[in-house]
Amino acid sequence: MNNPGLAFVSDVFEDYHNKTILMKLPSYHTISIRNLNVYIENQHILQDINLTIPEKSITCIIGPSGCGKSTLLRTLNRMHDDTPEVKINGQVIVDDEDIYGVNVNVIDVRKKMGLLAQRPCPLPMSIFDNVAYGPRIHGLKKRKAINQTVIQYLQYVGLWDEVRGRVRNSASKLSIGQQQRLCLARGLAIEPEYILGDEATSALDPISTKKIEEMFVKLKEQYTIILVTHTLRQAKRIADYIVFMYLGKIIESGSTEEFFNNPKKQLTRDYLSGSFS
Amino acid sequence: MKYIRAFKDKSARQIMLGIAFFSLLLLLVIGVSLLLKALPIMKEKSLWALLSSGNWKPFKGEFGFLPYIISTLYVSLIAIIIALPLSLLSGIYLCTYASKTISRIFEPVIDLLSGIPPVIYGVWGTLTIVPLIANKIAPRYVEFSSGFSVLAGGLVLAIMILPLLISILLEVFRSLPKEITDASLSLGATKWQTVKKVMLRKSFPGIIAATVLSVSRAFGETIAVLMVCGNIPIIPHSLFDACYPLPALIANNYGEMLSMPNYESALMFGAFLLFIIIVIFNAISRLTLNQIEKRFSL
Ligand SMILES: Nc1ncnc2c1ncn2[C@@H]1O[C@H](COP(=O)(O)OP(=O)(O)OP(=O)(O)O)[C@@H](O)[C@H]1O
Ligand SMILES: [Mg+2]
Repeated sequence: MNNPGLAFVSDVFEDYHNKTILMKLPSYHTISIRNLNVYIENQHILQDINLTIPEKSITCIIGPSGCGKSTLLRTLNRMHDDTPEVKINGQVIVDDEDIYGVNVNVIDVRKKMGLLAQRPCPLPMSIFDNVAYGPRIHGLKKRKAINQTVIQYLQYVGLWDEVRGRVRNSASKLSIGQQQRLCLARGLAIEPEYILGDEATSALDPISTKKIEEMFVKLKEQYTIILVTHTLRQAKRIADYIVFMYLGKIIESGSTEEFFNNPKKQLTRDYLSGSFS
Repeated sequence: MKYIRAFKDKSARQIMLGIAFFSLLLLLVIGVSLLLKALPIMKEKSLWALLSSGNWKPFKGEFGFLPYIISTLYVSLIAIIIALPLSLLSGIYLCTYASKTISRIFEPVIDLLSGIPPVIYGVWGTLTIVPLIANKIAPRYVEFSSGFSVLAGGLVLAIMILPLLISILLEVFRSLPKEITDASLSLGATKWQTVKKVMLRKSFPGIIAATVLSVSRAFGETIAVLMVCGNIPIIPHSLFDACYPLPALIANNYGEMLSMPNYESALMFGAFLLFIIIVIFNAISRLTLNQIEKRFSL
């Protein structure tokens, strides 16, 4: 491995099996997924996922619809906890700790791993309260601080100017694109350490999309970001690393340049050339 | 082809309009026919006298409905005050915390409970609740109570509407989109925070509607209440006094048409009153529901 930041575990695991020693990764602020298998109602939805996400970078997950991208992201946030049909095997190591370990508090995991869901879903309250929701449940009480946080994150996603006169109005009246940005602001306001975005720009026009993309690029100076996207061009524009999934498996992963210019697997080439989607 | 489709669309619309109109008409017909029967007594006495007098002496021609009105409201109020918190907690438990096995055991039981006929609740209340109140609860607060009381009526009624309320509330909670609770949970909220701040809020109109439905049901519940509430036409001053709700009045006396002038008409006025109470109650709650939906940014 000439690039230690790109510690895609598929390589590491070969070492693991050969030498039976677990290579110690430079793992602080990285996510490393080991032998992850997810079954939903006895269907094998995610199969043998091994992956390390490098810190302070954007990793895009691409792949055809239904291949398990959302399921993977939700696994990283432990959102399957309350669905008894979902069985999870394997480890997800975040900051040197398995988030599925016995002593782990799921609240801490979810606060750390900010998940932005695929469909924007405003909570049944005002625009302001939506953004303030996370900080409030995590104990922020001072009015001034809450006000500041809300304004800051609404500005961050470019929504502030559009809603400044009506932040006390119901959030459900916003357009879908505005709702998506609101949910983005709400997710960022809990100040997670990782951002898991599931098609965070799917409902946005090109200009807002560009703004959000720029925001992610700015955010990666501090955060480790995983984005699911359906647009290859978006992946090309903003990703540092690409993970390509197909039918619940990781087919290929690597740096964006490598991945697009020199794909190693036939399936990847077919996907990139648009033979299927 | 085009015309046939348009014709079908149009006639379907007309038919459905007709059916909707018919149910409205039914409401009017019931109201008007009760009113017609009640007219003789309304001609003789002023409306105000009928509503505000506490004297019920049919032999002397005194018909004061106040004790009945207050009893009806009082018993139903007690019932909903007891039943609502209990059903909210059990509804929340069953749809968020309980495992599949537990809810699979409890839900049929709840359905079964709501299928038990009122007379059985009445008998059971007479055998257990009434003596319990007479011997254990009432002596702590008042000198004497037979046990046949507002409290007994309220308790039996609460137990009767509990399964109904729980199953409607479960329906209300289950109809919430999963995304919305997921959104709250994924921000790191606990289940209880999610219940308080998202679930209850989002389902507030549904909770009100469920409450309205069960209170309407409580207003009209007859047999079980009649068996435990004492049936004395006085204005109850405490929970341990006997009372006499409107449905009990009608059920107890209708049919044995005594040779008292205006007695039948008075009973019909009672029925009309009950009808009006329920209509007004539903109208008010519908209006507040609209306000709530606006106010709460739902
Ligand atoms: N709760 C569930 N119950 C049953 N099957 C599920 C459930 N959630 C996901 N699946 C299945 O898991 C597979 C992966 O779904 P997932 O939502 O992860 O796909 P995706 O890659 O995000 O697709 P898309 O790009 O369309 O969002 C699908 O076949 C889906 O039907
Ligand atoms: Mg998805």
